[in-house]
Amino acid sequence: MLSDMSTVVTLAVFAPIVGAAIVGGFGRWLGNIPSQAITTGLLFVACALSWFTFIQHTWGGMEDFTVTVLPFINIDTFHSAWSIRIDALSSTMLIVVTTVSSLVHLYSWGYMSEDPSRPRFFAYLSLFTFAMLMLVTAADFMQLFFGWEGVGLASYLLIGFWFQKESASSAAIKAFVVNRVGDFGFALGIMTVYWQFGTINFHELFPMIASHQGQTWEFLGQSFSALDLAAFLLFIGAMGKSAQFFLHTWLPDAMEGPTPVSALIHAATMVTAGVYMVCLLSPLFEYAPVAKMIVAYIGAITAIFAASIGFTQNDIKRVIAYSTCSQLGYMFFAAGVGAYQAAMFHLFTHAFFKALLFLGAGSVIHGMHHEQDMRKMGGLWKYLPITYGVMTIGTIAITGLGIPETQFGFAGFFSKDAIIESAWAAHNTPQGLFAFIMGIAAALLTSFYSWRLIAMTFHGKKHWEHAHDDHHEVIDGHDASEPAHDDHAHDDHHGHGHDHKPHESPWVMLVPIGLLAVGAVFAGVAFAPYFIGGHAHEFWGHAIFTAPTNHIMHEAHEIENMWVKLAPLAVTLIGMALAWYYYIAKPNLPKKLAANDGPIYNFLYHKWYFDEIYQVIFVKSAKILGDFFWKVLDVKIIDNLGPNGAAWTALKSAKNLVKTQTGYVYHYAFAMFLGVVGLLTYVFWLVH
Amino acid sequence: MTIDLVHYLTVSAILFTIGVLGIFLNRRNIIIILMSLELILLSTNINFVAFSSYLHNVQGQIMAMFVLTVAAAEAAVGLAILVTFFRNRGDIAVDDASMMKG
Repeated sequence: MLSDMSTVVTLAVFAPIVGAAIVGGFGRWLGNIPSQAITTGLLFVACALSWFTFIQHTWGGMEDFTVTVLPFINIDTFHSAWSIRIDALSSTMLIVVTTVSSLVHLYSWGYMSEDPSRPRFFAYLSLFTFAMLMLVTAADFMQLFFGWEGVGLASYLLIGFWFQKESASSAAIKAFVVNRVGDFGFALGIMTVYWQFGTINFHELFPMIASHQGQTWEFLGQSFSALDLAAFLLFIGAMGKSAQFFLHTWLPDAMEGPTPVSALIHAATMVTAGVYMVCLLSPLFEYAPVAKMIVAYIGAITAIFAASIGFTQNDIKRVIAYSTCSQLGYMFFAAGVGAYQAAMFHLFTHAFFKALLFLGAGSVIHGMHHEQDMRKMGGLWKYLPITYGVMTIGTIAITGLGIPETQFGFAGFFSKDAIIESAWAAHNTPQGLFAFIMGIAAALLTSFYSWRLIAMTFHGKKHWEHAHDDHHEVIDGHDASEPAHDDHAHDDHHGHGHDHKPHESPWVMLVPIGLLAVGAVFAGVAFAPYFIGGHAHEFWGHAIFTAPTNHIMHEAHEIENMWVKLAPLAVTLIGMALAWYYYIAKPNLPKKLAANDGPIYNFLYHKWYFDEIYQVIFVKSAKILGDFFWKVLDVKIIDNLGPNGAAWTALKSAKNLVKTQTGYVYHYAFAMFLGVVGLLTYVFWLVH
Repeated sequence: MTIDLVHYLTVSAILFTIGVLGIFLNRRNIIIILMSLELILLSTNINFVAFSSYLHNVQGQIMAMFVLTVAAAEAAVGLAILVTFFRNRGDIAVDDASMMKG
């Protein structure tokens, strides 16, 4: 049985890379349709196998196991192997990644149907999926890091997929560079762990942690708890990948990539890798109270911060990007207060409704001929009825509508309320109280900006009717002069008549959205008992460790205060009402507010001026430093003393020697004469 | 006073020096260079003949005959070059002939 399961999970993990290799290498010769069919087919195989694994693990009574595929590094006491670790965490992630990925592959058949380099796109998508699967099934830090960097690479390639656009290629570079900052912390964290424990294998590492609790590390006369230090450094890696406060700036810009990419990588899977890592390393974080507190604070700040930006943005994808950022904040503060199960549950449900929202937004963008500015939409519900329906479901799911104390509610209702309740359960700690307040406030903002998105896009006046002629000049900085390479090609060769009426997307796009909508409705109610409810203990097994003193999940279930349970629902309804008031009842009010140019509006609209501040502090100073190394150290010192100096000396001395070449015969003759005289003198002197 | 070897050699040395200086101090005319070369060759001839008579060895005079032949040939070639040089440049001033300058 176990060896059969080994084969199953190995196939599930390696199927995507097979597709990526075939299509990446030979896609040009295979053609578009075979390339798409190979990658998508293999992904669906991986998806089916993953679900089989998950079902076996959850209901089939299968034990946790690890398959060692190949040895990787064996140096002295440092051992690492390519392996596939199956437990509750990784099997959950397996189904999340492969389900969303296979649906996104399918969706891309429609969305990318007019792109000239589809094989490349599908190869990248499959490559990403493989790297993500390596990440979630890693049994040691080395493979975790490999997957971590692999998804970073794939993310870079896909954000810059339309690399002819300058904005896309600089967004890709930005994502890569910001992630380097996080990865630096991550690598230091891994080194710290190895230095402390002499192993990077989770299986060997976790049982040792409790005994190392008091260990400290002296630096500059300060003493740090070694476990806190390791956990904090690893969390920096998570911050980079999951776009948390300070390292979030790359995520909104990553929306330059094609929308299916945003749905897969920048909503459902890659950005949740940080949360996954914190949950996976729960045995470490449980003994690192300071690091845990930092996780909670950063998560809570990100939740409110990203939500506050979200409601001033006008680009439909950016709104959802900030919403992702904010939801990731929720997951982190849940993990920070010790409710890893709630964090994982929110990760699970969020994958469904956020991928749904992104793919829905993609459908809107597709239907609007690549218009992304919500101010130019409006009244679309009639033209895109199915998209409208599923987007509404996604919005209800993310705002978490449901009836407290019952089992009626959309996915977000179960997971988000569990997070807010666990924050309340920790309200006797300052970070718990802070996280609870921020969580409630962010829920209000989430509801407001999510319904604002629906209102601006699907309701109200049709702002696109008179503006359709010039829309391809204004699309978010796209350059309409290169239609052959970006998604603009669509505008020019579309065969649906000459009027630019929005149109509903093809079935190949609507089916994946529909399936995700099913997930967004039922993932919460179906899986709540396993992730956070009565079966949680059996479900998680040994995958998530909670210290004997950590009773957060238990306390969260026992909350007596009714108002705590009602508060998220109340603020959600308030946010919904406000959105209705501002964007449907009085649609002129927000415009007036925006036109007023108030300081708060500007502050939020410019994303708290983070990009500007980073520009001044990091980009400019890096440039100055670079200029110093280039113009002073390299050009002036190294080049002038080295190659250029040698060349200059040779030239100078040659110029001096040239002066002896006068061209006068008698000068040469004289020199010859002197030479002869000299030689003769020498010979005579010798003879003498 | 008898005329002995030293006198011959002295004359020869003076002629040689005049020849050398004629080449180097001459600024005007290539013909003068040719003439100076002849002078140098003649001074060596005087040396050869003088030593031949002094040592009673005829080889020196044979060598002098060779030198004369070479000098004649050299004068012919030199003058031919000079004529071509003049045809090309319309001038035989030495100071202008610096085309070999690097």
